[in-house]
Amino acid sequence: MNRLVVGAHYGLKDWLAQRVTGVVMAVYTLIVLAAAMGGATASREAWQAFMANGFIRFISFLFIVSLCYHAWVGIRDIWMDYLNSAALRVILHVLTLLALVGYAGWAVQIIWRL
Amino acid sequence: MPEMTKQRPKYLALHEIRLPLAGFASILHRVSGAGLFLMLPLLIWLLQLSLGSTQQSAELFAAVTGNWLVKLILLGLLWAFLHHFCMGIRILLIDVHVGVEKQQARASAMAVMVISLALTLVFGLKLLGAY
Repeated sequence: MNRLVVGAHYGLKDWLAQRVTGVVMAVYTLIVLAAAMGGATASREAWQAFMANGFIRFISFLFIVSLCYHAWVGIRDIWMDYLNSAALRVILHVLTLLALVGYAGWAVQIIWRL
Repeated sequence: MPEMTKQRPKYLALHEIRLPLAGFASILHRVSGAGLFLMLPLLIWLLQLSLGSTQQSAELFAAVTGNWLVKLILLGLLWAFLHHFCMGIRILLIDVHVGVEKQQARASAMAVMVISLALTLVFGLKLLGAY
């Protein structure tokens, strides 16, 4: 097979990952929304106590990882669709990846030190 | 043979393309995702300030979220999140062959636009402190 340098994996993996990470984030959103309606965002203290809960911290971690993977697939698709230069595409792929890995580390240490 | 006399190559004039409703909702899925990605540092920073234990972080959080420009950005991100969320559900439904027919797909695209805008109004008024 004569492959072009596009960065795609020619497979089911990213398609499925985009669905799974999307569902994880959607469920997390509904949980946080329900908690907010139950008073978790009523005050700064209540919000911090909510986010420090062991289970919430666990699913917050899953949310962060899902978000970064989901954003990687989505943003990479944008570069693939609109950039014709392979060199520019590789540079932006790398920058996107580095930014997302950094964001993940930053966000995880915010929730994990609570 | 009119097909043979068509102008080639064909270039896309983006400003002349009129997308069908489902296409419009679809490109907004991409635009909203890109916007959320670009503003991710702001959102993580706000999360950090909201969970900071010092008085300084509490004051900074209040100052930043009280800024009208930040409020405007957050309002935009709220719509982006809600549109992306609703459109995501539509995509998952189409994946399992729900609403694939043209009429249903049009209707669901319209539903995504209307519901995400309505929810933006509901949560946006909360964000702006109206209730």
